[in-house]
Amino acid sequence: MTVTEPSPGAPAVSSSDVLEDNDQKPMGFGRMLRKEDPRLVRGAGTFTDDIKLKGMLHMEILRSPYAHATILSIDKSAAEAHPDVIAVVTGEDLAAHNLAWMPTLSNDVQSVLATDKVRFQHQEVAFVVAKNKYAARDALELIDVEYDMLEPVVDVRKALDPDSPIIRTDLEGKTDNHCFDWETGDAAATQAVFDDADIVVKQEIIYPRVHPAPMETCACVADMDPISGKLTLYSTTQAPHAHRTVYALVAGLPEHKIRIIAPDIGGGFGGKVPIYPGYVCAIVASLLIGKPVKWAEDRTENLVSTGFARDYIMVGEIAASKDGKIRAVRTNVLADHGAFNGVASPIKYPAGFFGVFTGSYDLEAAHASMTAVFTNKAPGGVAYACSFRITEAVYLIERMVDVLAYDLEMDPAELRLKNFIQPEQFPYETKTGWVYDSGDYEPTMKLAMDMAGYDELRKEQAEKRERGELMGIGISFFTEAVGAGPRKDMDILGLGMADGCELRIHPTGKAVVRLSVKTQGQGHETTFAQIIAEEIGIPTDDIDVVHGDTDNTPFGLGTYGSRSTPVSGAAAALVARKVRDKAQIIASGMLEVSVADLQWDKGSFSVKGDPSQSVTIQDIAMKAHGAGDLPEGLEGGLEAQICYNPENLTYPFGAYICVVDIDSGTAEVKVRRFIAVDDCGTQINPMIIEGQVHGGLTDGIGMALMEMISFDENGNCLNSTLMDYLIPTAMEVPDWETGHTVTPSPHHPIGAKGVGESATVGSPPAVVNAVVDALKPYGIRHADMPLTPSRVWEAMQGNHTAPI
Amino acid sequence: MQISMEVNGDQVSADVEARTLLVHFIREELELTGTHWGCDTSNCGTCVVLIDGVPVKSCTQLAAMAGGHKVTTVEGLANGKELDPIQEGFMQCHGLQCGFCTPGMLMTTRALLDKNPNPDQAEIREAISGQICRCTGYTSIIRSVHWAANKEAEMRETAVSVHAGAVGGGAA
Repeated sequence: MTVTEPSPGAPAVSSSDVLEDNDQKPMGFGRMLRKEDPRLVRGAGTFTDDIKLKGMLHMEILRSPYAHATILSIDKSAAEAHPDVIAVVTGEDLAAHNLAWMPTLSNDVQSVLATDKVRFQHQEVAFVVAKNKYAARDALELIDVEYDMLEPVVDVRKALDPDSPIIRTDLEGKTDNHCFDWETGDAAATQAVFDDADIVVKQEIIYPRVHPAPMETCACVADMDPISGKLTLYSTTQAPHAHRTVYALVAGLPEHKIRIIAPDIGGGFGGKVPIYPGYVCAIVASLLIGKPVKWAEDRTENLVSTGFARDYIMVGEIAASKDGKIRAVRTNVLADHGAFNGVASPIKYPAGFFGVFTGSYDLEAAHASMTAVFTNKAPGGVAYACSFRITEAVYLIERMVDVLAYDLEMDPAELRLKNFIQPEQFPYETKTGWVYDSGDYEPTMKLAMDMAGYDELRKEQAEKRERGELMGIGISFFTEAVGAGPRKDMDILGLGMADGCELRIHPTGKAVVRLSVKTQGQGHETTFAQIIAEEIGIPTDDIDVVHGDTDNTPFGLGTYGSRSTPVSGAAAALVARKVRDKAQIIASGMLEVSVADLQWDKGSFSVKGDPSQSVTIQDIAMKAHGAGDLPEGLEGGLEAQICYNPENLTYPFGAYICVVDIDSGTAEVKVRRFIAVDDCGTQINPMIIEGQVHGGLTDGIGMALMEMISFDENGNCLNSTLMDYLIPTAMEVPDWETGHTVTPSPHHPIGAKGVGESATVGSPPAVVNAVVDALKPYGIRHADMPLTPSRVWEAMQGNHTAPI
Repeated sequence: MQISMEVNGDQVSADVEARTLLVHFIREELELTGTHWGCDTSNCGTCVVLIDGVPVKSCTQLAAMAGGHKVTTVEGLANGKELDPIQEGFMQCHGLQCGFCTPGMLMTTRALLDKNPNPDQAEIREAISGQICRCTGYTSIIRSVHWAANKEAEMRETAVSVHAGAVGGGAA
């Protein structure tokens, strides 16, 4: 099935037209207005920093001005003497309680507050708790820290040099800055194909360090009840249950005495998966003082210390036949992990799901090797809607395919079409062992080309080149892998990636569904109500969606890696079916027929062949809780709980086409058009899917053209505010043109695949490919992000340099 | 220092430190937490409020500077249960996802429509160019503003025809 959506932003739409359309409340899937919006448009949402508890104190963190320095002494006496200050705490104070270090989500450790030395600029050194935010900030100025500066390791390419200073002196016996090695695929088989190939192309491709920079920074309110001993933590977390378990392990608090509440979250994009020192400090402060303590970081703290993304230097190679058959792909990667290994990847996958770098193509062999190193930079690595490093993988393969097209002088669309995995090959096992569940790539590609008017665009480009104008057309075709687990392979610190779901139907037929995942803007309160409505025929208005509260939801690993719909969405569908099965037994009693004689009509059971005899789900709910008899052996009530362990990831895909114009005088890149055709299987709410795609495409333009976290030679972060970390505004992005195809997932109960990160993953190569295509007259076959005017200008002058 | 101003139609006065930023005054003192704090450098725009109808970034204004002026925050947009067409437009056209930038976007676009009831796409883009949204990619925000502009045009037409009807009735 292929569908083209109307072109967006058309002012011709009258309000009454849209109203009519939107008045529909589908009993299940379809466009539906969001249940979250009435509070959010009134400014009546509750974000963490909006929470004000009785007697609440404020915490601020003192950070290191240096990237690498020994702490000689800390004098906090002046800060402690401030009249509004309640406590000043250093790393040494924490060390006395064995709390100075905490585990990262990658089985490394990270300082909560530095004790021996600081390892990146802006690392946490001390915290102040005061009666108000301003006093806490004032007191930070009164803390006197004496540092002895050490040489920092900034250049990732030199991190393993024998004379490089050792960053991780805390690790016993550590004699270098090596973090880990990893490889996948078959090196020998790949080499054999390369030896035999007509053509080999090779290119160093850099994915610079970027930052998810959600609009809401990280924050928490820790509220330790000194009487009950129970800690309630209001927190900006995408994974409340996983966080609860980690806090129990770190702080030694019994897990049943910890309640994590994730209120409204102002965007996460993976940046709110890790546990940051600020959260732990606030918990410690509340434990110490016995009062609620709030910590809310500012924008600079967010950009300089919370989880960055990417920072991969990749050397890609393709072996192909001269007529354009791609035979093998290999890559060697140097990964900058910063001062601590703080990625939030499953333990078996230190490079995340980078193994899908083979892309959407049918290959003979593939191999990747990677070396990860420590540097004196903030930790992180898995964030910014990256689907566990698939962003880097897709960028690599889609950039390399264009490099091959350049060398073969082939059209990049034709080259891709020639190499796609064919529909009959699914489920398709890649040469790195990933089993793609379903796909039909060619129609998706063709739809994007039709929407773009690809042939006409090429004609226009040829004419413009004649006139010396720079126009580029960039293509990217991505395959994503989202919805982790299964639990046997995927985890966070040993916690298996599966998700619970609980559904209760109240006596009057209203329902509550409780999720382990947590929205950060994705609209779970809407789409999960739609899944339940679809499965059990209760109107969405009658379904309350509860999430983001560990005391009131079943255990599960949370929302990241586009896993809510593939995992928790499946759990919701299956729990509803479980309830429906019980409802069917009750209905058989009510209608005095056998279970097999009943048919389901989305909301009621009727007797096969006699539709006049029927009972609604609401009738059944009342019967389930009522005074009368139920069929023998059946318990009262109408509710169920399950824990869903996915049998495989889901593999959404898409075809993106970007059209750019470059001003040859200023080298400014203007994205004129962007066509995105996504296939995420069955669609629950097309409006929400389209919105998520739009957001991800904007990320792609940001990363390709504007965003980068960079450092000077002393390790000072040069992009620590939104003045110098540039994020796209409405002026930099075009009117998005979206379409979709539908290839359901065969193993997901409703056939849905994840989509939240597809566009962030798929769009950067389309933009870069378009820019490089525009620069073809200059003989350029590759240029690294971010393609700012100065970097494009350098490329035009033949001086393009690597950004790192 | 003592400051007083009108906020969402109510007269408020308070004793604040001279350095208190308007965004903190609104959020902490007045407990109107719909106005958000996002960057401190006037880039993100989630803190936008209207001062005498003009959109202003409240993170880079002192509370004292609003003294004697009329301040409108997102909480002042709706009239009881009745939403402002801008709020309704954002709901109808999916102009928000996480909702964190939304209060600032709503206030800026309200000011835009007050000045220019029928903006084209370029004018809307320029009006919101001092604001960042990480979720929507802006297209749906632009649709939302068009929706509100159309809705307000229809409301004006209805008001005119009702008025014309009343005049006509009087003449008969």
